[in-house]
Amino acid sequence: MAEVVADTVGSIGPAEVAEVELYHATSWLTKYVFCQDAKVIAIQYSVTAMAIGLVALVLSWLMRLQLAFPGTFSLIQSENYYQFITMHGMIMVIYLLTALFLGGFGNYLIPLMLGARDMAFPYVNMLSYWVYLLAVLVLVASFFAPGGPTGAGWTLYPPQAILSGTPGHEWGIILMLASLILFIIGFTMGGLNYVVTVLQCRTRGMTLMRMPLTVWGIFTATVMALLAFPALFVGCVMMLLDRLLGTSFFMPSIVQLGQQLSYSGGSPILFQHLFWFFGHPEVYIVALPAFGIVSDLISTHARKNIFGYRMMVWAIVGIGALSFVVWAHHMYISGMDPYFGFFFATTTLIIAVPTAIKVYNWVLTLWRGNIHLTVPMLFALGFIVTFVNGGLTGLFLGNVVVDVPLSATLFVVAHFHMVMGVAPIFVVFGGIYHWYPKVTGRMLDETLGKIHFWVTFLGAYAIFFPMHYLGLLGVPRRYYELGATAFIPPSAASLNVFITVAALIVGAAQLVFLFNLIWSLSKGRAPGGNPWGATTLEWQTPQTPPGHGNWGKELPVVYRWAYDYSVPGTERDFVPQNQPASAPTA
Amino acid sequence: MANPAPTTTVASLTRHDGWERFAADWSSDQRAFKTASWGKVMMWIFLLSDTFIFSCFLLSYMTVRMSTTVPWPNPSEVFALELGGKPVPLILIAIMTFILISSSGTMAMAVNYGYRRERRTTAALMLATAAFGASFVGMQAFEWTKLIREGVRPWGNPWGADQFGSSFFMITGFHGTHVTIGVIFLIIIARKVWRGDFDRERRGFFTSRKGRYENVEIMGLYWHFVDLVWVFIFALFYLW
Repeated sequence: MAEVVADTVGSIGPAEVAEVELYHATSWLTKYVFCQDAKVIAIQYSVTAMAIGLVALVLSWLMRLQLAFPGTFSLIQSENYYQFITMHGMIMVIYLLTALFLGGFGNYLIPLMLGARDMAFPYVNMLSYWVYLLAVLVLVASFFAPGGPTGAGWTLYPPQAILSGTPGHEWGIILMLASLILFIIGFTMGGLNYVVTVLQCRTRGMTLMRMPLTVWGIFTATVMALLAFPALFVGCVMMLLDRLLGTSFFMPSIVQLGQQLSYSGGSPILFQHLFWFFGHPEVYIVALPAFGIVSDLISTHARKNIFGYRMMVWAIVGIGALSFVVWAHHMYISGMDPYFGFFFATTTLIIAVPTAIKVYNWVLTLWRGNIHLTVPMLFALGFIVTFVNGGLTGLFLGNVVVDVPLSATLFVVAHFHMVMGVAPIFVVFGGIYHWYPKVTGRMLDETLGKIHFWVTFLGAYAIFFPMHYLGLLGVPRRYYELGATAFIPPSAASLNVFITVAALIVGAAQLVFLFNLIWSLSKGRAPGGNPWGATTLEWQTPQTPPGHGNWGKELPVVYRWAYDYSVPGTERDFVPQNQPASAPTA
Repeated sequence: MANPAPTTTVASLTRHDGWERFAADWSSDQRAFKTASWGKVMMWIFLLSDTFIFSCFLLSYMTVRMSTTVPWPNPSEVFALELGGKPVPLILIAIMTFILISSSGTMAMAVNYGYRRERRTTAALMLATAAFGASFVGMQAFEWTKLIREGVRPWGNPWGADQFGSSFFMITGFHGTHVTIGVIFLIIIARKVWRGDFDRERRGFFTSRKGRYENVEIMGLYWHFVDLVWVFIFALFYLW
């Protein structure tokens, strides 16, 4: 039965992976700026994403100030408020989270964790970053364009997105659509790299089922992104034509201020379908890398193998596939055949099954583990709690009848911030605290890290937990101010003040994190190559930070899965993936 | 002593049947596709992504066409040419389709001669393919000019639904862009073949990767894809 196939020996020469033609930088410019090394590209991606993320953070402060103290700030008019909302959402989802997880973590970790020298196509990989940077610059340019950035809401629903009532309809919307198109082009270049690298560039012994879950998460998310972004691309192209050439793809006949516009016969719902065919997978494009990374963090810092590795992999793949057939649950109130609602509610609830499997497996990994409450572990635990929390409110919103009254209230805002805002950003933080010693060779300061975690974790609950109650009261989202209404009690205003104070404190805690990042670069403790005692290949590099080509003369050979922690009868409580089996292990 | 014997590294390499075998093949050591190079795999995955783009374009076109309340212009009248005083329906588009399909033939031959390392024949066939592609784009330009002269605009036309012009220019324009990009790369690669870059493994100017004859085949994948997409556009736009 256990007949061993001469797979590796037969079809692949031993030097195949080692023979990759590396690009060797010849000058300062090609080493640090126009660099083809995935590690440098990863840092470029991460720094750019965090920089533009700071802009979105400041925008959220301005929105919170307006909601808590309406009418106090003359620089926040209603148009500005809509612009802030739009830019905050778009930046956080696309330009921060997607770029950071796939461009940042993906570029750094995929080649290292798989034992490759670099990505499959370093030049294309470099282009990917520069096109992404261009997309960010075009987006930033809209802040300075006449009329300012678009205020259409991050979903950019037509017809309002391109009509003159919406702020930024002059230039903002054009720049936004152009920036998204550029982002998709840039992402495709990077995404092809990640997928091909995972499929074709693994080192010897690294079968797919031995890959760390981080790589599984990033890989599946990238495949999804390559299939979901086309819908957004097409939607953006068509809306750009509607705006610039006067076509009517999404524009029905409209009378505006007594004037019949030249549009006629288009379908606004078509845009919603295109947008959410991208938009729902996008949630998981952000969540799956987080799932993967958090699995590795928990296993490493609880010194215990991940529970149910095979199930974890299939859950990731299953969630990825299912997420393509749930998109219209974002459109229950847009006007759909009720049977459609039935179908999409069912598929939506089915997704809860693989997701729950993952959560149970994380908890079972912690069960009787040797839990080290390091900063990465704290953030991982914070992720599980927050994600479960946000997932449970998702059950409310996934059901048509419950969703209809809750749609467009702060309940929705609280739900998606918990599940795809706060939870993945916790993993980003946890991942940075975890891998910073590998990237820079120095530890981030632990005390500052713990302050950062507790303020952010408790603060996030202080911000978003009350929003659920506001939403249940019926407080609508995207409203510039509430004014006096019969159904919203005055106490809602006090709660808004509380949320705003919490938001400002949480924002300040991120400055502590930024300080930590910069301070530790030179002042942090130098912990050596493998401070956490982790098994995966990136911790076994000959140099820290890893040198050009990642490995020494020879590539590592993988003998085991990534989760051999606390194996009985071994001298250390972890066995690296590239350690040969000297004693017979099961 | 490059690498230790791999048999001990992969305990999971047992024989499987049916779906298990499929999964085992995919997840096996080092590479999922044993015989495909990195470049070919990348092109296949890119084409998969591009398929989704064209599918979204065509589905959007079908949606607007089915949901509009204004009649859709009749394609066999709109796309007819006056030949000898008589309107011949779809004649231009038939010729264009024929040319594009033929170019797939020359491309396939170029790939074959590339395998045999027949430098000049390969380059000549690639240039023939490029010429076919260029004439396709040229005829598309002629068709666009004719329609624009007759009053078709992206925002309206004399015969019916506004979305006719918008979808037509957008989809054929997007496809024509693909063909144009293909023609440019055909010429670039044909030049490299002609010069013998792939025989000498001369490194690329930008990528610094060694030149390989496989580039001809990767180019071929793209070109056949562009042709295949055209068949769908032809069927859904001109024949519906």
